[in-house]
Amino acid sequence: MNQLERIQRSLTKKTMPVFEIGDTVRVHVKVVEGEKERIQVYEGLVIARKGARNSETFNVRKVSYGVGVERIFPVHSPTIARIDVVRQGKVRRAKLYYLRTKKGKGAKVSEREYSPDAKGAAGRKRAKPAETVAVEPVPAAT
Amino acid sequence: MTNGLLGKKLGMTQVYDDGGRLTTVTVVQAGPCHISAIKTKERHGYEAVQLAFGEVPARKLTKPELGHLKKANLPPTRRLKEFKKTGDVELGQVLKADLFQKGDWVDVEGISKGKGFQGVMKRHNYRGGPETHGSMFHRAPGSIGASSHPSRVWKNKALPGHMGSERITVQRLKVVEARPDENLLFISGAVPGATGGFVTVRKSKKS
Repeated sequence: MNQLERIQRSLTKKTMPVFEIGDTVRVHVKVVEGEKERIQVYEGLVIARKGARNSETFNVRKVSYGVGVERIFPVHSPTIARIDVVRQGKVRRAKLYYLRTKKGKGAKVSEREYSPDAKGAAGRKRAKPAETVAVEPVPAAT
Repeated sequence: MTNGLLGKKLGMTQVYDDGGRLTTVTVVQAGPCHISAIKTKERHGYEAVQLAFGEVPARKLTKPELGHLKKANLPPTRRLKEFKKTGDVELGQVLKADLFQKGDWVDVEGISKGKGFQGVMKRHNYRGGPETHGSMFHRAPGSIGASSHPSRVWKNKALPGHMGSERITVQRLKVVEARPDENLLFISGAVPGATGGFVTVRKSKKS
């Protein structure tokens, strides 16, 4: 299996985009219209990350004209030009599916202070850029 | 050279094609294969090349097998198979995955996963009977033929039995990506057999 994992790692992007669950991101997607190629920006909240290595995907949710929209992007897709983190969210879950049933204030995710030393995504140092992001272990409440 | 190579299935993953679309691929390590014997028209009555693939410790092979490989000065190898001969070949020559390029069509042969003793629904796609509504006929094969004539069951009647672990060839699969320096082929779709199983990759009959 190790050999396959090595191959899968080799299929990932050189620089892994850094973002966490609960972050508000702007995803720059390459759109081909006829001959021309342009960049379309999709902004929303990252509510889930799934998969590992080259097949990792993330789910971005936004509410557009009162209608909830979710788009699933492959992290390593060549059609994704850039991912900007607009706002870092403070969440206690790895999958924010509960937001789908919430409206108004309940559907908000509070902001996390940015600090490069924090345990958060932006400050996390990775030995290998292609390494997958491990979900932070929840401290065991006794 | 030959029309094919021996290889090992490493597993499945996905890659992006030229249009940026995700494609499911099977990663096959094809080669390095050594030429262990050459069959000639004069001596054997036909032309072929025997390839050896998959190194093993010497204790895993019998003395006749080791002796056969010694003739070509090869290390102990698990798999031997004959392929068509194309062009010039010499004993002990190493063939690598560069036989296939990106975009080539290939036929892949492997031993399918064993399923054990299976009923007719899984093995022969019988429809079975209703599960409920008082039905007492669920997954059984039903009638297997007429009565006094022919007074026997026809040959090749599809019945329960051992399924899988047989030689399967999937024709016309595309090589989506090739890494000749690592002997890797990324073949579109699924390939028969379990991960780690031996496969044969040949140039496609239908291309």
